[in-house]
Amino acid sequence: MTATEISRRTLLRTAALGVAGATLGLGAAGRAFAAKDLTVGVVYVGARDDFGWNQAHAVAIKALKDVPGVKVVEEENVPETDAVSKSMESMINLDGAGLILATSFGYYKPFVVDLAKKYPDVEFRHAAPLWNKATDPKNAGSYFGYLNQAHYVDGVAAGLSTKTNKLGFVAAKPIASVLSNINSFMLGARSVNPKATVQVIFTGDWSLPVREAESANALVDAGCDVITCHVDGPKVVIETAEKRGVKSCGHNASQAPLAPKGFITGAEYKWITIYKGYATDLAAGKPLPNFEAGGYEHDYVQNTPFGAGASPEGQKAALAAIEGLKAGKPIYVGPLKDNKTGKVVIGKTYGNLDPYLDQMDYLLEGVVGSTT
Amino acid sequence: MSDAPLATEAPRDVIHSAPPRAAESDFAVRLRANSEYVVIPLLALAIAAGLFAIFLLALGKSPADFIFYVWRGGFGTSFSLQNTLQRSAPLILTALAVAIPARIGLIMIGGEGALVLGGFASAALAIPMLGHVPPIPTLIVMGLFAMAVGGFWVGIAGYLRYARGVNETISSLLLTYIGIAIMNFFVEGALRDLTDPNKPSTKPLGKAYMIGTIPGTEVHWGLVFGLALCVGLYFLMSRTTFGFAARVTGGNFRAALAQGLPVGRLIVACSAIAGACAGLAGFFEVAAIQGRANASLAAGYGFTGILVSFLARHNPLVIPVVAILFGGLVASGGLIQRRMDLPDATVLVLQGLIFVVLLTSETLYGRFPIFKPRGERDRT
Repeated sequence: MTATEISRRTLLRTAALGVAGATLGLGAAGRAFAAKDLTVGVVYVGARDDFGWNQAHAVAIKALKDVPGVKVVEEENVPETDAVSKSMESMINLDGAGLILATSFGYYKPFVVDLAKKYPDVEFRHAAPLWNKATDPKNAGSYFGYLNQAHYVDGVAAGLSTKTNKLGFVAAKPIASVLSNINSFMLGARSVNPKATVQVIFTGDWSLPVREAESANALVDAGCDVITCHVDGPKVVIETAEKRGVKSCGHNASQAPLAPKGFITGAEYKWITIYKGYATDLAAGKPLPNFEAGGYEHDYVQNTPFGAGASPEGQKAALAAIEGLKAGKPIYVGPLKDNKTGKVVIGKTYGNLDPYLDQMDYLLEGVVGSTT
Repeated sequence: MSDAPLATEAPRDVIHSAPPRAAESDFAVRLRANSEYVVIPLLALAIAAGLFAIFLLALGKSPADFIFYVWRGGFGTSFSLQNTLQRSAPLILTALAVAIPARIGLIMIGGEGALVLGGFASAALAIPMLGHVPPIPTLIVMGLFAMAVGGFWVGIAGYLRYARGVNETISSLLLTYIGIAIMNFFVEGALRDLTDPNKPSTKPLGKAYMIGTIPGTEVHWGLVFGLALCVGLYFLMSRTTFGFAARVTGGNFRAALAQGLPVGRLIVACSAIAGACAGLAGFFEVAAIQGRANASLAAGYGFTGILVSFLARHNPLVIPVVAILFGGLVASGGLIQRRMDLPDATVLVLQGLIFVVLLTSETLYGRFPIFKPRGERDRT
């Protein structure tokens, strides 16, 4: 129990003194606590056990709790409205949080930016590459994992585990990060199996379980024997693939338990690397980095341990691909053409973290499907 | 054990407990009859609180802690109170979007769609005006346009009800999904701000074109407009011929037709007022909170508003009280998650219990002689 926790007496006092008394008395206690230890406040947009984006963060947060001197407070299902400002503010005012981790894309503008200006003593970090050095407050910042590197590894393993050479991809919206995952998956598969193609279906939104199941079924009907996805909760896609007797690759968090027969591997974030870094920096009194982004070369992403669906040669090639990525071997080796007009869209070879790739609005040759 | 939010209703309780005089004045008769509408909901809330306490005990958590955190997270500090008021602002407007059609006998649940479309329309209308028209006229035009679009949207459901006999509950719900799809279509297509490659949104309004907060607080102006509309619409529905005609239509549709009341126009008008309220909520989401239109507009306020309106028995004057109670529960939900290690759904369980018990308590009205005036007059 901490100073801010309830006791019968505080309850009575709060009731007796009313609003003003509570603000002064308990607010001060909360601040005093913050000076001694680090309280980290975490907000999630969905459930912590969604087998997807939120779970990937929650798993890392669980590990962060084991770091001495760190206390974590978490809130799930916080929508991207002023509700998130109020949740974060409540963590600062009532829990004495010194570091806020805002894990959903839409939290940043205007909510994180405005709150960082309002609370200059609190550090805010947001999980998307949005922090702008010129305009945004110095106590805010971004961290991001280039998951497309892990999708590339998925592609390598899938390319050597498929029999039909047709791979299926269920995607939410045709935005840059999703397109990069699809293209990387295809390039990974083609790096070991030039005959492989990736067929993509866009569902149109982040969480449409029924349409995700329909899309997965349609891809299996079209002859795909490996299915992967980029949607908020990959559970439905992976389960549908398993039910249809085809193989699958995961996304965001580990879905291995959902597909004991067909799981190959999956693209996962490794947020704990970043979170532990923040905690050690704050404990040492060092300023936090404002912008952190990377993939395998920074240990920010990982692949799920191989499942029963992964062929031995696929596993070998995937492990080799991981070593290559750690050494900075590029995924996008130009020239590469788009799949619509045959125009060269990637003229030269780009490094894996090159900002040019963040503007991607095309599918490459080898992907079947359209962004519109 | 009573539930902390009950405290907000305490003043009413005091009024009711004043003993009626022996020779009952007209005022005392009214007091007697109306106190039924206070005592029964309070009783229902107490029962719901009791059931919820059992639920918490079954989970091994302390109900006393829960009450403390609801108080502290929702009302107990100036920050908490503003948090509660801020969260209740859109709920007041979306609850009105249910309450007004309910008076004319319609169960309209399309507030979410009107909110989203109204908010989107105002953001879209603002784009060509930014930098050319000063902020105040821009905001006024935006607000009016949001109300017009929201009103048109729910008005469709009202018209279909009258002209084609389409069930308004179903059609307004389906129109919500169409409304959200229309917004997504434009936000991801023609009106998308291309400088943001990852979250499809319209162009931002910019700080100069945002509505500020009520001076001295962090609560936006939507709360004031919501409260004003509650009072205004209460008078419209209770003290005008329009409201009387609407209530007659709600009470007995055939009788209203036989009386020659303009039933069709009344239904469409009530639906349009409802949509306008929700559209205004959308405008405030855009102009006070988000600063642009995107998928975050569909945050479920329209659906929570249904609950609020039902709990307020569709009475515009009671809606703010219930909305603030709900805002407080939601505001404290975060603290409860964090401190008691309870899942996010805990507050939903409490809301559900309140809803079920309150609906069940409907059956109690008119069954207690104590609320009947002395003599045989029946004023209910």
